[in-house]
Amino acid sequence: MKNVKHPMDFYLRMDRMPHIWCTGCGIGLTATAFVAAMEKAKLDTNKVCVVSGIGCTGRFAGYIKLDSFHTTHGRAIPFATGLKLANPELKVVVVSGDGDLISIGGNHFIHAARRNIDMVVICVNNFIYAMTGGQVAPTTPLTAYTTTSPYGNFEPPSNIPQIAESSGAVYVARWTALHIRRLTNSIFEALNKPGFTVVEVISPCAQYYSRINRLGDGLDMMKFYHENSQIKHWEPTDNLYIDYQKEIIVGKFVDRERPTYSESYKKWLGE
Amino acid sequence: MKTNDKGVLTGTHNLSGNQACAEGALAAGCRFLSAYPIPPSIEVIERFTQRVKEVDAIFIQMEDEISVLAAVLGASWAGKKAMTVTSGPGLSLMMEHIGLGVMLETPCVIVNVQRCGPSEGTPNSPSQGDVMQARWGSHGDYEIIVIYPNSPQEMFTQTIEAFNLSEKYRTPVVILSDESIARMVEKVVIPPASKINLEPRKHYKGPKNKYLPFKYDKDLVPPMVNAGEGYKFHITGLTHDEKGYPVMNEECQELNVHRLVRKIRNYVDNIINIEEKNLSDAEIVVVSYGITSRTVDKALKQARKDGIKVGSLRLITIWPFPDKEIMKLSKKVKAFIVPELNFGQILLEVQRCNYGNAKIRFVEYGHEEIQNPDPILNAIRSLTK
Repeated sequence: MKNVKHPMDFYLRMDRMPHIWCTGCGIGLTATAFVAAMEKAKLDTNKVCVVSGIGCTGRFAGYIKLDSFHTTHGRAIPFATGLKLANPELKVVVVSGDGDLISIGGNHFIHAARRNIDMVVICVNNFIYAMTGGQVAPTTPLTAYTTTSPYGNFEPPSNIPQIAESSGAVYVARWTALHIRRLTNSIFEALNKPGFTVVEVISPCAQYYSRINRLGDGLDMMKFYHENSQIKHWEPTDNLYIDYQKEIIVGKFVDRERPTYSESYKKWLGE
Repeated sequence: MKTNDKGVLTGTHNLSGNQACAEGALAAGCRFLSAYPIPPSIEVIERFTQRVKEVDAIFIQMEDEISVLAAVLGASWAGKKAMTVTSGPGLSLMMEHIGLGVMLETPCVIVNVQRCGPSEGTPNSPSQGDVMQARWGSHGDYEIIVIYPNSPQEMFTQTIEAFNLSEKYRTPVVILSDESIARMVEKVVIPPASKINLEPRKHYKGPKNKYLPFKYDKDLVPPMVNAGEGYKFHITGLTHDEKGYPVMNEECQELNVHRLVRKIRNYVDNIINIEEKNLSDAEIVVVSYGITSRTVDKALKQARKDGIKVGSLRLITIWPFPDKEIMKLSKKVKAFIVPELNFGQILLEVQRCNYGNAKIRFVEYGHEEIQNPDPILNAIRSLTK
């Protein structure tokens, strides 16, 4: 079995393994789905860039063997905007967490969607700030415990697909980390779709979110999310709030056409 | 406007400092501007956007100054010469990515047209209050190059110089301007493109699979590649090794933090640009920069007429600070005079390099306007008594 290469090795920085993600975390599965989608899309890998912010998912870019950028907290989208506009040949993928993209980077998310900048945004939502030890996030469901909501969270969480749709994203889907095949397909569709596309991945945080809420290990959580998910394609996005340990609606919610930023820019320049 | 294929507006023009800055950027080959509108810097953006179509450049007005500089860094890694322009409140928001730019060794230019602060301050009045912020604003230890022109003509030439330095040393370069320089209109001579010296990006030349993003050359600057060229490189704002992978140990701290400081400090003599006037017999030296140096010129002329042995040292490069020059002068002259449109920032540097040798007089801020020559002249006269 010497020198046998896994087919995914081509896309991964094997010299960086083992990775830092905990056992039972869903980010690894997201990476698997991303690589599978890349393979299916048959894109020129020299022209694909991955940009991440900061946090557990922020480390994503560091393990992907493409031009990959680990930037600042919340700013992956504007960094990717610069890359894409300066070289329109590039296919730009932003992979980051809920805290990064929706809290500190929320404004960039809204405006990149509004401009319909060509990029795929994969948002891994684990309901918590995990890298920093489990603090309350803008996605933490009501009543869930975190180290900074020790009496249960009373802030209503953000609904990521709704923000994406209302801001102008042309493609919005949500899956749990265990919906590997469907998640892969959504990332594949997003990669092929011009404009601002968003795929939310519900992932267990097997360390902080799980421990403080006594939800078992990563696999228990992963199964729970999977079993309690309902596939409802085209569900209106205002129905997509996630309640604590309740049903999670997954599926493809938005797939529409709008002129992309680059198209409009070209038109404006009269090309 | 008629320009050649390189976007250089060759000829003699009447331009404001802000317009000259935009022309300088275009002449330097800058083809990416990202900005957020903020007075008194807006004319740079307006001039650039008017020229976008003609030179095939990109302009994007982002949602805030944080994203502005993130986009500039992204564009630079995609191979474009990239710039942004702002004023004090915007520079405050940009500090995060000045740090990232330094850490990722990303060439780019940040123009800060200063207004009176703190906070919103007086948006349309000149100030030199951001001198220290431009040097120390981002967290952690780092070196940065800051240039301060004093005329529209210099806004043109020094913007080109800023791009050259940023490519050569692979670092963000800050240009400080102020409301006064930004909006004064003067003659600007733009040479033909063939007479403009441009520093090319230090591109990696070895085999593709051997590329290490932070393996540096003798000059301590690593060669760079652009995204999309097939190198499949990784870079991170975390302390990293030669491969660009996050490694937080002593060796990598040395490799990629200490070196970042040394790659500037070792070359201060090549970077620093100062202008000396009448220093050979000077007993009093006025140290000034930017718009204040224009006032100093007038005061100096009068003082010389009065027979006072006074000279001038003008900082064109503010940072790195010309320690050696001030130190040398301090042993020779009786006194330094430091006029600034702030409450004493470069003053602190002059005091530091003076080692208590010469007397130092500070000529403080006017009220939201540039200084008159009189207070400077009075300071000179008082030192002769």
